[in-house]
Amino acid sequence: METALSAPLTISFDYTRSLGPVLAPFMSALSERRILGVRGSDGRVHAPPVEYDPLTHEPLTDLVEVADTGTVLTWSWQPEPLDGQPLDHPFGWAMIRLDGADTPMLHAVDAGAPTAMSTGMRVRARWVAEPVGHIRDIECFEPLDTATAVQPDRRPGVSVTSIVTPIRLSYDHMVSPEESRYLRGLAEGRLFGQRCPACRKVYLPPRGACPTDGVPTEEEVEVSDHGTVTTFSIINVPHAGQRHKPPYVAAYVLLDGADIPLLHLILGCPADQVRMGMRVAAVWRPREQWGTTPENIEYFQPSGEPDAAYDSYARHL
Amino acid sequence: MTDIAIIGFAQSPSERHSTSTTNGVEMLVPIFHEILADTGLRHQDIDFWCSGSSDYLAGRAFSFVSAVDAIGAFPPIAESHVEMDGAWALYEAYVKLLTGEADTALVYGFGKSSAGNLRRILALQLDPYLLAPLWPDSVSIAALQARLCLEAGLVTEREMAEVAARSRAHAMADPRAQLSGLVSADELLARPYLADPLRAHDCAPISDGAAAVILARGDIARRHCRRPAWIDGFAHRVDAGALGLRDLTRSPSAVAAAADAGLDPATLDVAELHAPFTHQELLLTRELGLGERVRINPSGGALAGNPMFAAGLARIGAAARQVTSGQADRAAGHATSGPALQQNLFCVMGAR
Amino acid sequence: MSPQRAAVLGAGQTHHRTRRTDVSMAGLCREAIDRAMADAGTDWSQVEAVVLGKAPDLFEGVMMPELFLADAIGATGKPLLRVHTAGSVGGATAIVAANLVRSGVHKRVLAVAFEKQSESNAMWALSINPPFTVPLGAGAGGYFAPHIRSYIRRAGAPSHIGAMVAVKDRRNGALNPYAHLRQPDITLESVTASAMLWDPVRYDETCPSSDGACAVVIGDQAAAEASSRPVAWIDATSMRTEPTAFAGKDHVDPRAGHDAAVALWQAAGITDPLEQIDVAEIYVPFSWFEPMWLENLGFAEPGQGWKLTEAGQTSIGGQLPVNPSGGVLCSNPIGASGMLRFAEAAMQVMGRAGEHQVTGARRALGHAYGGGSQFFAMWVVAATPSN
Repeated sequence: METALSAPLTISFDYTRSLGPVLAPFMSALSERRILGVRGSDGRVHAPPVEYDPLTHEPLTDLVEVADTGTVLTWSWQPEPLDGQPLDHPFGWAMIRLDGADTPMLHAVDAGAPTAMSTGMRVRARWVAEPVGHIRDIECFEPLDTATAVQPDRRPGVSVTSIVTPIRLSYDHMVSPEESRYLRGLAEGRLFGQRCPACRKVYLPPRGACPTDGVPTEEEVEVSDHGTVTTFSIINVPHAGQRHKPPYVAAYVLLDGADIPLLHLILGCPADQVRMGMRVAAVWRPREQWGTTPENIEYFQPSGEPDAAYDSYARHL
Repeated sequence: MTDIAIIGFAQSPSERHSTSTTNGVEMLVPIFHEILADTGLRHQDIDFWCSGSSDYLAGRAFSFVSAVDAIGAFPPIAESHVEMDGAWALYEAYVKLLTGEADTALVYGFGKSSAGNLRRILALQLDPYLLAPLWPDSVSIAALQARLCLEAGLVTEREMAEVAARSRAHAMADPRAQLSGLVSADELLARPYLADPLRAHDCAPISDGAAAVILARGDIARRHCRRPAWIDGFAHRVDAGALGLRDLTRSPSAVAAAADAGLDPATLDVAELHAPFTHQELLLTRELGLGERVRINPSGGALAGNPMFAAGLARIGAAARQVTSGQADRAAGHATSGPALQQNLFCVMGAR
Repeated sequence: MSPQRAAVLGAGQTHHRTRRTDVSMAGLCREAIDRAMADAGTDWSQVEAVVLGKAPDLFEGVMMPELFLADAIGATGKPLLRVHTAGSVGGATAIVAANLVRSGVHKRVLAVAFEKQSESNAMWALSINPPFTVPLGAGAGGYFAPHIRSYIRRAGAPSHIGAMVAVKDRRNGALNPYAHLRQPDITLESVTASAMLWDPVRYDETCPSSDGACAVVIGDQAAAEASSRPVAWIDATSMRTEPTAFAGKDHVDPRAGHDAAVALWQAAGITDPLEQIDVAEIYVPFSWFEPMWLENLGFAEPGQGWKLTEAGQTSIGGQLPVNPSGGVLCSNPIGASGMLRFAEAAMQVMGRAGEHQVTGARRALGHAYGGGSQFFAMWVVAATPSN
């Protein structure tokens, strides 16, 4: 049994988050190298602030300034920092209760070694050179007794109402053995579907389980690269990530031998000439460009045959 | 007391690198067949299907949709989904049965943690404005909680190592467990810290896997199971979202949920606790007042295999199996969600 | 054994906009929640459980947002669930909340659904192509447009029906102070002249992308009877699922939607939906889905739905007003849209739909769908209980 195919998948976006009436002043204050907390219904000051009281659920509005120095209540050590964490050399995470606050915040402490970390130690924020109104304006905290750098002065800040948070995650996307077989077939210019042992339908691409019967499809069935357009749309609107310039046709093509249409491109004729029932044939890329991907078929084009009768594909609509 | 019982439980092997896809289909198809065969139920006997899973584990929006292929959902089925551990899908199904609109339910959970970097992914559960931009990972958060417990004298590193050793020893009875074997606490304590004060053995492994449970009512339960695990109580609660607001050495939501579910340590034989970190098993044991009488995690628990979004459901299934197999008269299954035991659920079951 | 009685005590929603830059995610939820609780005459001490509904976490980049939102949505110390059933989620969330009451587990439950999709981009999130697939870059519109073409062919529908629905819904939206798009002056001509996006679907026949939230408070019979204001009794609910794509799937008249409706009418004791339902809030993200869903739901025979639309029967004042709120065509915060349909149906029979109130509405349908026309959730609410 050959190994299942896999490929990297990365999701990446710079999220823009509007802040609302409590977090906006908090972030704006960070740009001035000030830290704000909020007083809750029980009188406790929470820094950073919470928007809604944990006991009464009412919106909180009583913002108070706290110091940028504080006490470590608990800590852990990060020997191999992960992507995106505050520092790229080993550091400590800590819950830090800032002076003037009653509940702690979570941030990094640049202590150098775990032996320099302790519950009860005093720490001070290390600010970035150019704060913008974001939690990362605090680069990290550092032990107060070894802090040598002169604290930068207060500065006029900016008024912010939103922040930008880039989120980038990488995955290894594996496909099923059935789909891997189909992809390897494509690399040889062939289309392999699989037949469900229960309903006897031929699926292309094959699935880990037939969706109507919940059993793996097994029997290999070679399918033609000619087929019938069941239905389609003319894509006029530009999208991010589009490969072809609109207008182009995205169509469901029922390949001869398959029992379910697949979605692909129709090119090779003006978009407004595409019609339901049109017979099409695959146009393959040059052989030397083939890989384990359905993109080996660049698009479908009219085959010149007479249109298929409506009844022959109506039940696939 | 209700007349609803768990009558079946199946789980796939917990594996570090499954060859299944993130759709879960390859993990689910075999356990669906197994659980239906075990209970003598057919696909069409299931009135309601409900699942738990996470898009972020898979790296794709709507990833749970593909899992529906494993069911064979045509003719159409009554089905729902929570973006939570399957234990909460079980709760939704239980409530559905309580309305009288269904008499049976098949609940499943699945996750392929190996597809991405789990520690990083779970950072996205944290406050998106104040914490997630720093990417505090799940192990580091647990380590902060562990140090609080250690420094308060509530646990010791040796006790934590003993939890890990017990887990692996218990798991030797399960061929589908990921980590099992005989190891001493001394050996474990000799190993370096992973995230001081946690060592590798203090953390559940990264696991791919799936679990399924069948609920049934009254006579159907009795017809399809010799000794149903009748649900006597089922409840869940959540604690505050902000870590700074919580006393991380306690778990008020676990205590409240257990009380609402009628968990009574004096009459409980088994507790399957979903504790992905050793100190958390000790914390829960203490908070719930579980004494010597209660066997904790005879399956090995999450430390032997932790397929995200199935592991809590699997604790409930394992607890139910203690009852259905006659090894216990009363058992509780627990599930947790969120950082440092933020949300907790208990299902208390017994023989009748 | 049948469910206990439950009723919507009150509903609330946000002002839906392309970008709600004035609030955080918590603030967006609370705007809807606070309005719903005021409408329901309910305070936090009475809420026993909270159910949150939302579409993919990817839209906001927050994994399992119920965890960080627990305090803001009043769930701390209480049971909290988060439902995700794709586009139908708002409806499914209301049904899960209703079941918590109908099962006798709780007396009063808060359900909230939201989407703050402007934090990313809905088109991006819906178009992420996994490896080994053909990147067609077509988005949701590109997915549904071919099936709309199929409907037009199968039904022999004239081409102006889609534009008629768009005009009706956008003008209805102008009567709804919360709607995102409010276009009192829209005409058939202006819709037909708008850009063709995914032929045969035009720009003005397409839903917007919105930030928004919706919330409902559901109570038991005692709470409903104690209410000083009208409530919306939940006569019946129904959910059905089928696979996204399978050999022989009917994309125009999906079996799951049909089966869900048959089960719903039976449970609600309805034998002639067109006659017995006074108003319907159905999930129409592209205007042609109105005639398609009228048929799928059993209001019209297959191939005949467009005639109801063409005859003006789905306008306010017609035989079956559809989407007097303006529907999804006016506001589409994806995770909340289903709950908005369910809530608007309730508002109608509670007599609290303001300027878009259908006179004398006593029984209403709320409907939601999601995925590749595969997840269906619906309920019937009434001014007096039928069961």
